[in-house]
Amino acid sequence: MAVLNDEQEMLRDMAREWTKNEHPVGAWRKVRDAGEPFDADAWSAMAEMGWAGIIIPEEHGGSDFGWMSLGLVVEELGKSLAASPLIASALAASAIVLGGSDEQKAEYLPRLASGELIGTLAFDEGPRHIGLKASAGVHDGRLTGTKAFVHEASRAGLFVVLASDGVYLVEQGQGVTLSSRALADMRDHAEIDFNDAPAQKLAAGGDDLAQKILDRARVLTAAEMLGMCQAVFDTTLDYLKQRVQFNQVLSSFQALQHRMADLYSELEMTRSAVEGGLQALDSGFAVTEAAMLAKTRANDALHLISKEGIQLHGGIGMTDEYNVGFYLKRARVLEAAWGASSHLRDLYATTKGY
Amino acid sequence: MASVAEPEAKADLDAFREEVRAFLAENFPPELRGKNNILSSVEEAGEESPAEKAWRLAMGEKGWGTPTWPKEYGGGGLTKKQARALEEEMAKVGAWNPIGGMGVMMLGPTLLEFASEEQKHEHIPPICKGEIRWCQGYSEPNAGSDLANLQTMAEDKGDHYLVNGQKTWTSGGQWADKCFCLVRTSRADKHKGISFLLIDMHAPGVEVKPIKMISGMSPFCETFFTDVQVPKENLVGEEGQGWTIGKKLLQHERTNLSGGGALAALNSQPLGKVAERYIGLDENGKLADAELRVKIADFEMRWNAFLLTARRAMEESKAQGGVSEISSILKKAGTKLGQERAELMIAIQGYRGLGWEGEGFEQKELDGTRAWLFGKATTIYGGSTEIQNNIIAKRILGMLDHQ
Repeated sequence: MAVLNDEQEMLRDMAREWTKNEHPVGAWRKVRDAGEPFDADAWSAMAEMGWAGIIIPEEHGGSDFGWMSLGLVVEELGKSLAASPLIASALAASAIVLGGSDEQKAEYLPRLASGELIGTLAFDEGPRHIGLKASAGVHDGRLTGTKAFVHEASRAGLFVVLASDGVYLVEQGQGVTLSSRALADMRDHAEIDFNDAPAQKLAAGGDDLAQKILDRARVLTAAEMLGMCQAVFDTTLDYLKQRVQFNQVLSSFQALQHRMADLYSELEMTRSAVEGGLQALDSGFAVTEAAMLAKTRANDALHLISKEGIQLHGGIGMTDEYNVGFYLKRARVLEAAWGASSHLRDLYATTKGY
Repeated sequence: MASVAEPEAKADLDAFREEVRAFLAENFPPELRGKNNILSSVEEAGEESPAEKAWRLAMGEKGWGTPTWPKEYGGGGLTKKQARALEEEMAKVGAWNPIGGMGVMMLGPTLLEFASEEQKHEHIPPICKGEIRWCQGYSEPNAGSDLANLQTMAEDKGDHYLVNGQKTWTSGGQWADKCFCLVRTSRADKHKGISFLLIDMHAPGVEVKPIKMISGMSPFCETFFTDVQVPKENLVGEEGQGWTIGKKLLQHERTNLSGGGALAALNSQPLGKVAERYIGLDENGKLADAELRVKIADFEMRWNAFLLTARRAMEESKAQGGVSEISSILKKAGTKLGQERAELMIAIQGYRGLGWEGEGFEQKELDGTRAWLFGKATTIYGGSTEIQNNIIAKRILGMLDHQ
């Protein structure tokens, strides 16, 4: 864990207590069984605690605590698989902070900070993230195109859409049609068809606005994945210390000890990479590279740990009644988000000139 | 000493930097700029040039080779901030610390903690001056990972111990003046029968045979003790306290092996750049070997995550005032990455990455071959990766002792 300031420690402890007491994995199970995208009361509680405004400037109703602070909260939510539009909405807000006009900021940021408005990114157009390419186009302030597998789409009032010539804001309503897509993680995903939907450009962000938003999406998603890694690791370790076979607890078997030592090593190096990504966002230094690193490490570590988590739990890990399977299913969805490792390694090599 | 306020004020530190700069201008031979070979201390003790000798003597006299050790034993007596300033000023002019080896890395800190006042005064100043070369007598043919199984006997003969037995993997044994040794003073208890003894390598009955390794070098020796008389005052701590002292010393070893410092220096040439030279780029500007390209990117990213982890371990340790838990993974992770890098270098360079000697190769290529082979030892010595895994599982993760 990075060395934190008082404010960050407070925020992390608050998030840790809240998820533990108010929103453990059982809460997600209820949401899933009810077929809801998330628990509306829980989202209100998060908003009341100020989490939706952590990266929004104070003048627009946020606290401007920064990305490390938001990452700490997101990690805690990742541990308990808390379903919420927090990440999606924060990313939408960051797009407006980076590229919005004064009017756009005044119009949207206060409502995003209070949680009253939910925003989300609509960038990718196919089942795999292949970079910042979009065929969606805008003519006379109207956007047309189809966006695939948009996260937290069903309750979103505002879409931040990547078009062929820049990034646009589109409000839910005229010209916007959602078709939900149920993925294995049972979270809120949809294909969105924009047909001459009124769109306003985020014109103040410069040519690399979309890249900056993507960097933030990668790091924040990696923070959620880090929380999931930690939770699966901790749960598995607890289980190995309890389960008895051959008259011994499993944790006394060296074959399992060494696998756990390997996972611990992966987990800790992933933590360093994710915290490095959050620190880069706050400092503004070498952000794109740090973001690629954070997401790639999180992808690979969570892939391994979620898989090993099932195996080390044995048969009980295969049951729906047990939580560890939730993490496996959510893991693969997040691995695909904003760049799978194969895409990111290719990108990294290109960035480095080889 | 605690009552004396540390001279941390900026003005004092600036004055100290002035002193360092003046000292370096006067004493550091410019021809030695950047000539420090990071592997030299483990691999080979070459002939010392007059300039190198002068530089060692000057630093030894100041005690700045062991900057934070107490002045009364020949150390520099510097605060941590001063030591950092010294390091920075030296780096600026390409100067390096000529005082090193096992005396500095391992034995010195152990003596400061466990030795008697007389022993400290006798043994620490020569370490600070770089006058005495120490080697480590731990491993034996039947005591590797199971170190406590060691059988070298030290029999009590009244005023001295009579030592008989064999040590192996004695790094630098053929050049060492003295050896810090784990010996058995009793067969009654596996761990409590072990004592920590300082042995003169020039004493009658000590015989050293270098072991030729797969790298073609002989950095390690077999050391034989036959009726070697060791004065009783060379026992550090109490009889039977050797295991405790010896384990503590290994912590210093691990810290030094794992910090990533040496590896970071070796990594100064980005693999992608090396590959570009040997393999070339295709029409899209990508390395002409697609599989290697991905492997290199994967390695470089994992390497960066490791460096971030080493830095985090340092920051956490500083903030907590104790060794951070994640330090436990650094040796295991760093040595694995170092080996992976060496294998990738060979894959990139083809035959030129396997040059043994003679014409047709750059020196860097020849060094790479030896470093690749030598590097296989890193996951075996200093507590093998399997031993590191046991330590992580038991101490950090709280898993039970295995059978």
